[in-house]
Formats: sequence, structure tokens, C-alpha cells
Amino acid sequence: MLEIKCPYCGKRSQNEFSYGGDATIKRPQLGEEISTEDWDNFVYYRDNPRGKHSELWHHVSGCRQWFKVSRDTATHEIFDTCKMNEDFNV
Amino acid sequence: MSNSFRTTNSTGLINKDKKINFTFNGTIYHGYEGDTLASALIANGVHLVGRSFKYHRPRGFLGVGVEEPNAMVQLHDGNKSEPNIIATEVELVEGLKAKSQNCWPSVQFDIGEINNVLNRFFPAGFYYKTFMWPKSFWMKIYEPFIRKAAGMGKAPLLPDPDRYEHNYEHCDVLVVGSGPSGLASALAAAKNGARVILAEDKPNFGGSLLTDEVTIGNMSGKEWASDTISQLKSMPNVILKKRSQVFGYYDHNMTVMIERVSDHIENPSKYTPRQRLHYIRAGEVIVSTGSIERPISFGNNDRPGIVLASAAKEYMKVYETLVGKKPIIFTNNDTAYSTALEFIKNDIEPIIVDTRDSSNGELVKEVQQKGISIKFNSGIADTKGHLKINSAIIGKLDSSKESFISEETVECDCICMSGGWTPTVHLSSQAGNKLKFNDDIDAFVPDKKRQKETAIGAANGSFTLNQSLAEGFQVGFDLSNKFTDQNNPTNSPNSNEPSYEKHEKLWCMPLPSGKKPKRFIDFQNDVAVSDVELAIREGFRSIEHVKRYTTLGMAGDQGKTSNLNGLQYVSKIEKKIVPEVGHTTFRPPYTPVTIGAIVGREVGNHYLPTRKSPIHTWHEENNAVFVAAGLWQRPRYYPRGSEDMNSAVNREAANVRKNVGICDVTTLGKIDIKGPDAPEFLNRVYTNAWLKLPVGKARYGVMLREDGMVFDDGTTSRLSENHFHMTTTTAQAANVLSHLEYYLQVVWPDLDVNVLSTTEQWSGIAVAGPKSRDLLSKLFPDVDMSNEGLPFMGLVDSSIDGIKARIYRISFSGELAYEVNVESNYGLYIWKKIMEEGQSFDIQPYGTEALSTLRIEMGHVAGAELDGRTIPFDVGLNSMVSQKKDFIGKRSLSKDAFTESDRQTIVGLVPLDKKTKIPEGSHIIEDNSAVAPIPKLGHVSSSCWSVEYNNPFSIAIIKDGKNKIGKNLYAVSPLKDISIPVEVVSSHYVDPEGTRVRS
Repeated sequence: MLEIKCPYCGKRSQNEFSYGGDATIKRPQLGEEISTEDWDNFVYYRDNPRGKHSELWHHVSGCRQWFKVSRDTATHEIFDTCKMNEDFNV
Repeated sequence: MSNSFRTTNSTGLINKDKKINFTFNGTIYHGYEGDTLASALIANGVHLVGRSFKYHRPRGFLGVGVEEPNAMVQLHDGNKSEPNIIATEVELVEGLKAKSQNCWPSVQFDIGEINNVLNRFFPAGFYYKTFMWPKSFWMKIYEPFIRKAAGMGKAPLLPDPDRYEHNYEHCDVLVVGSGPSGLASALAAAKNGARVILAEDKPNFGGSLLTDEVTIGNMSGKEWASDTISQLKSMPNVILKKRSQVFGYYDHNMTVMIERVSDHIENPSKYTPRQRLHYIRAGEVIVSTGSIERPISFGNNDRPGIVLASAAKEYMKVYETLVGKKPIIFTNNDTAYSTALEFIKNDIEPIIVDTRDSSNGELVKEVQQKGISIKFNSGIADTKGHLKINSAIIGKLDSSKESFISEETVECDCICMSGGWTPTVHLSSQAGNKLKFNDDIDAFVPDKKRQKETAIGAANGSFTLNQSLAEGFQVGFDLSNKFTDQNNPTNSPNSNEPSYEKHEKLWCMPLPSGKKPKRFIDFQNDVAVSDVELAIREGFRSIEHVKRYTTLGMAGDQGKTSNLNGLQYVSKIEKKIVPEVGHTTFRPPYTPVTIGAIVGREVGNHYLPTRKSPIHTWHEENNAVFVAAGLWQRPRYYPRGSEDMNSAVNREAANVRKNVGICDVTTLGKIDIKGPDAPEFLNRVYTNAWLKLPVGKARYGVMLREDGMVFDDGTTSRLSENHFHMTTTTAQAANVLSHLEYYLQVVWPDLDVNVLSTTEQWSGIAVAGPKSRDLLSKLFPDVDMSNEGLPFMGLVDSSIDGIKARIYRISFSGELAYEVNVESNYGLYIWKKIMEEGQSFDIQPYGTEALSTLRIEMGHVAGAELDGRTIPFDVGLNSMVSQKKDFIGKRSLSKDAFTESDRQTIVGLVPLDKKTKIPEGSHIIEDNSAVAPIPKLGHVSSSCWSVEYNNPFSIAIIKDGKNKIGKNLYAVSPLKDISIPVEVVSSHYVDPEGTRVRS
């Protein structure tokens, strides 16, 4: 079980969190004209890298904040976590 | 029965003043306090404990602890019965009952032993090859037969009566194993101020120090161990845990340890857990798990009485028990000589067989000085004795050691074998450590670590005491320095132990001349040398494939004694070095763990939390039948007298249509939404328009996922300019809140909005039916309940007996209806008040079944229609979708597949006979006489008995539904083997114009 450092609460066990997927996905602007392909890329298609992955987690059983985690998908090493409006240090 | 195999000394750890009675296979024996089931049986001369997995061969004890592959027994009776328990790990307790497994009718005479005679028909891969055809035989004939024949113990069918607990611990340094290196590291880390947990599987701390003749400082090893434990015990930063096995090493230094809390206690308190599972998150883990002795493969090396040399020594030294009185020691190294010396101390002269040409080790010399001759350059070729070994054939090896020159038969009652030592690297490997092969000791040791884990002592391949202690003190200090700033190192004391000569790289004896006895490598899975040869001959090359084909190293013992011998043999045949062959992956658990311990206290009602509305007690008192809605318990219906469910539901629903009904809707999700951007946010979240909703009005809203599927629906009210009250379905309440938080925090952080769940702050009571207005007017005389004063979708604040109440005019039933919300604590009071006042209006409570009936008749969609596969147009929510603004999921709605003209749509179904109820989930087809595969038009999502028309009615979602109205189709349920002719009608079966809700 992973140990994740919530930027608001500190280190907590994985079972307090839920996973939220790729943190680099940007939702298209409201009202933006967008091709079906671009829209499908946003809704369905995700990279599945082996190695460093920046992703969203939600502290569901805690402060209920969404935040960013930089994690190695192969080793589960967590390099850094930060608030949504921050950038990773490493 | 007598304990005729006890030694006369009393230097061990058993208490001969306390007798303990136990039963094995129906016979009563006694042992002593401190015995294991294994040591007590051996003391009574019992070696035959079970039958082997595949060939049903008689088997006895091989080891003395977790490494034991053979001696698995079934413990206790009835609901406490437990299969596959390793007898060497069971502490003797008064009245213990154990029996052999995998034998019938008895362990002495087992019918299944025919497999042994037929063993040439049961080679590796036998099942794969034999039971392939005909295919239809697999489920009914082959599998049940194999399951019966290839066996372990029997799982009890009754619920486990014992109590298990879970515990969460954090520490700086976890030390696993309390041998010399473990004790040293724990002491060094603790003295340096770190928070330390020391875990030991056995009932006594000390590991090899309990059996080895060594000195540390001016004390014996055993004394030093006990002195170190006393020091650790006195330190507040140390937790000592014996009878505790760390069996799993997971990510981020999470380890799991099972503690046997009361298995060894005769009458534990009712509230003492039987076992406790500890989740330990450790800063650093020190793996000081020691090593396990390796067997040697030779003909019939699995007979009862053939044990590991170290086990024989521990039985003598710790349990004061002799594995035999006419022993043969068979070894390829020096350590087994300490077992020989222990026999000599007990006035027994062993025969020593050593594969090596010579040895000048100290122990070897000591044995020779006592006048014992050693048969060097020799090996055991074969053994005899059906239920217990009675003789061995000892052969002189030729120079290549590939065959025997001469053979002699020697009587014996036990063989103590030693093929050297294998570091216990399981935990390091589980932690992701890439092991490396150490040629000096012919075994794998930890190398490149992935987690904060450090192996020391024998687990690290350091087999001398000096090395182990030095590593322990150093590593304990170094690692603890990461957590404290005391910088207080502890020096390693001087130690003294015999010197050892090198072992010989020989683990498999040649076959005796003219015979082909089985030479076992893996005792637990009955894998012999010939099986490995066969697997390689048949082309299995990867060690992982050899493992799976032969089952070598699988199952409960995880190859503790067999893995390396298997690898050595594969590398020998393949003419490769062992590191090229590689090793299989070690996986948790290191030792078998009772399911009950993993489940812990999460059984019965503790499995999930139960959520009850504040009105729950009233429902109970009024005969409600409850149904689980997620975690909630909701009244399903309230039967009167001998009413069955159907009549109760029909009565409740009809009363809502005719008079007035009351329903507990507290479970609906409620979310408080505040902030200047709240209207804009709702406008983005919902498919319809929200900017112009007046204060004091509610609106129905539908929200989608980005893929266009309907996510949830509900009414949301504007309480003031920037304050909204959202309701969600009971099922999606938590998901909707996460969804809103995601968009506010991740996607649109610029919106100034706060959301908060208020589900549990409000109690909701629906009052529905034509008489609801009159009832509420009486209850709230100050409120103008007229259609003008409180119109449909209006809301008003009022109070009742000084309790603040909010009245919404909203309807799920399709009738004139209201929903009264009060602070949760007053829910029960208000409910009772409404019931009391409602008597004169013929009020009746209604449950979730009647609630469903009412909404189905009206064609209102709910969870069964909003199942994550429907877009708004599929379920008749077209008018809810704004063309003017953008919202979550809108772009998906214009995708080709979602705009096809014959897209699925919601319809109503009435059976032609007006009698047969249509099962939910039925398929809708056009032609009942067509040959399969018949095209499916759609499915039935919800069914009810229409109380308005007194016939069955269903909602279905079918292809091109809007053009099917008026047609006759079939609803078929293959599971129930029925086919019902139905007429397609509008899904709005009752009051399609919606006049009642507005009346």
C-alpha cells in the first residue's frame, strides 16, 4: 500500500485517497470549436507510460482536496506531490 | 504413552514439570509446556504424520520450523477446524486435537498410495497431458476426481468463531528475526534512540543462538541473547513481538506481520483475539531472517525419520527430544557435525557420511577425537522402511561422484542430512530487491535494493557469527542515524565459534546400481529429480516454466527447502551456471496466513458501516421490511397483517394516488453550494440553463459525464442569490460531490464556489398525493399552500412547534407532492407529527417499492435507466439539453453514434394479456419464432404493477423506440425461460401531460 503525502495533510496511507488519472490532461475551453478527434483524445485516450507519471489524486477520506503526484508507475516511487496550483520540485 | 525419545538433560526450553495432553489421530499422548506438536510427537516416537500430495507416500517431519514441507495437519474440530497447519509451528496446548491429512482410511493404510505404485504414470505435467479430452469431461469427471485425490486438508464449512484484530504500527526500524544479527541491529538502533520493532516468529527470541555452541563477550550465545532481550525490554522506544511472522513486504515499506496471540493459551479470554494482523509502516526494514538448511536428494529421501541435521539438533537442544537413537548424519559440509556432537553428548554414536574427500574443520576434528569414524567420499544411495526408515544403503562415490563404486546396507532409525544453507531472502525479494548469486555459499543473496530494506547476517549470506554481529551493530547504528541525532554507536563484542571448512557442491546423489528410486527435491509438491529431468527433456527452459510444469517450489512452503536444489539441478543438466538459470519470484505470504486474520473484525455487521435515517426506529416499530440502498437501510414496504409484498406495495402506491402517502427520503444526497460563481458553475455542470433561476425556486437538472452519458439527476434550489441546495440520487451522492470538487479544484479553479455535503444534516420527508396540500395546510397554517402561494417547483421556509422546516413543492411520484426538510435531529419528531395529523386524510407510509411503482408508471427515469450507457436523448430528457450554452459532456452528444436516427429510446411496455409481469432485464425481440442468434432490440429496465390501470407495466430502452410505439414485440427472459408478447406504449403511462403535479 502506497504512502502518499497530501500537500495539505501530510503523509497518509493510500486507502484514504482515490486515483484521478493523468494530471497533464487539459479540458478544452467551454464553447471551443473542437474536432471529434481532439475531443476523443481528451475524453478517452491516455498515455500509459512505464516510469514517471504525473497524476491526480483526491484525498477523499481526508481534506477532500485534489492534488498532483509524480509517481513511477513501475516502482511506485513517489518523487513529489504538490497542490493543483503548484509545480513539482523534482 | 511414554516419552521414550526424550533426552535426559534439561538444558532446553521445555518445562518437564508441566505435562500437556493432546490427541493425534485419536490417540492421547502427552508432551510438556514449551513443546510444539512436532517435538511432542517425535518424543513419543511418532514420525508418520501425513501422506504426500501426489503419491500419498508416508511422510514425517523434515524440519523444525517454518521450513517444514511435510508435516501439515488438520487442527481442532467443527467450526474451529483448520487445515494445512504446519505441526512444527503449533505450540502444544492442553486438549489440542490434530489429525493427518490427505489419507484414507488412515495414515498407516492409505488407499491413495496406489499412486505411488503407479508413479510412472504420474510424471510432471501428468494432469496437463491426460485430462485434455474429451473437453466435456473436465468439469464433471476429471476436476472433482483430481481435487479429491490431490489433497491438502479440509476447510471448515462453518463460520470461524474466533476473533481477529488488525493493528497499525509505525516505527523507524523494523527488525525481522531475532538471531545474532537481528538482536545486534535492534540493540544498536534502539540505543541510538530510534523507535524499533523486533519481530520473531518463534516463541523464544535468539534464533541460532538457542542451538549453537558459541560465546559472545563473556557469555554463552544463549545468555547473550537473553541479556540483550532484557535490555531491549527495558527501553521505551522498543516493541518486542514474538510468535510474530512478518510475511509480506509491500510498497513504500509497508510490511504485514501476523501475531499468534492466544493459540498457545489453554483458556484465552473471550475478548482476546486469536491472532492479530499488524500493518507496519517502517522507515527502514532490517531483514535478519537467517538461513534454512538444504536437504540432499537421494533415493527414497522422503521416508519418515529423514530430517534436516539442524532440525535434529534443535529438537535435542531446545525440545530435549531425539529424532532417533540410531542416527546417520549425511552431509556435504561441516555444520552437520554439531548435530553429531549433540548426539554424542546424549551417549548416542552416529554414523557419519560425508560426500567430501576430507575436512579439517574444528567440529570434524572434535568428532574424530571422540573416536567416531567418518565415511568420507560417500553418500546415501537409497533407504528402506515403509512407514519409518529402518536402514540406508551407503555407497562409496567414484572420483567423478557420478556413481557409486560399492554399496553397503546399514541399519538406522533416522537420517540427519545437510546440504548447506540457503539465506532466507524472501522478504528482500518481495521488496523488489534484485538478488545476486554468491558463488561461495552457492545461494542467492540480496543485492540491488528498491526499497528501504537491508539484509544482514545469514540472510545476507554472512554465515559466521563475527560477521553477523558486526553487520548487525553497524547497520542498526547507520540506519537509526537517519532518524535520530544522538550519534551513539554500540560496539560489537568479541565472539567465538568453531571454524568451518567449505561445503561441497553436491546436492543430488547418483542412483543406486540397478534401481531407480525417487529422489525428491520438493517434498511438499512431490517433485523428484526425474520430474525436473522430464520437464527439461520436454523443452521447458525458463525456470519459471519448469516451476509451473513440475510444481517445484509452489504452494504453501514457497520452496523454502527446495528452490535452490531445483535450480542447482536444472543448471547441472543445462550445463549453465545457476545465475544464468535465474530464480523464480518470491511472493507473499512467506508462511500461510489464516483468512480470518486478513478479514479481521470486518465480519457480519462490521463488514460495512450501516447508515440509518433518523426516522429508522419508527420504521422498525411499524413493521417495515428493509432493503439495502448502498450503505443505507431503507424501508422497502410496510406489510399489514398477512399481506405479501405485492399487495402491500399495491396498497401503499394506490393510497398515494388516492389519498396521501409519506416516504422517508433522507437518504437522497444533498450538497450545499455557495459562492458568487455558483449559478455559472451549475450552468456548466447541468445540461439545462441555471443562470436565471429565481430565488425561492427549485429546478430539475441532469448532469453528464464528459463522454455524454447521463451521470445523475436531481432538483437544485436557489436559496439566495449565491446559495444553492443540490439533491442527488442516493446511489451517486458521494460520486457527485467528488465530481463537483474535481471541476472546481482541477478544471475551473477560477470559479469562486464552495461545495459541502449536507446529506446527513437534513432529514427529508416526502408527502405525496391529492390530499397532501390539505394535510400540509393544517400542519403549517402560516404558509399559503395554494397553487399560487406555493406553486410547483416552489419552496418556502416555515416552522412547526418552533422547529425550522423547509417545504419544497417537488414530486417524484407524479402526484401533487411536497418534501419537508428539517434538521436531522428533528426528523423523527416531524415524521410522527405528520403521521398523527395525517390520520384524518388516510395517510399511509410507503417504502421504496411503492416509490418505484409510482415513478415507473409516470415514466420518470431512475438508476435503472441512467445506467451509464444512456445519453439524455435515450431516456426522454431531450428538453433538458440546452442548445444555447456549453456544459460538461455536450460535445460528445454530437458524435455520430449519438445522433443516429434509430438510436435507442425509452418506451413503455404492457403485456398483451395484461397479467404477466415482465422480468426486469428481459430482452426485447421482434420475431419470437426466429432462429438464434436473434437480434436484440433492447432491454427492460424497470417493471411494476400499475396501480392506476391494474395491470403490469414496464419501461424499456429499445432501438428506434420512438417508431415502435403501438407495435407488438416480445419480451424474453432466457433465464426464466419465458417469452411475453407485449405492446409498446409511451413511457409516460399515467398522466402524460403532468397535470397532477401542477394541480
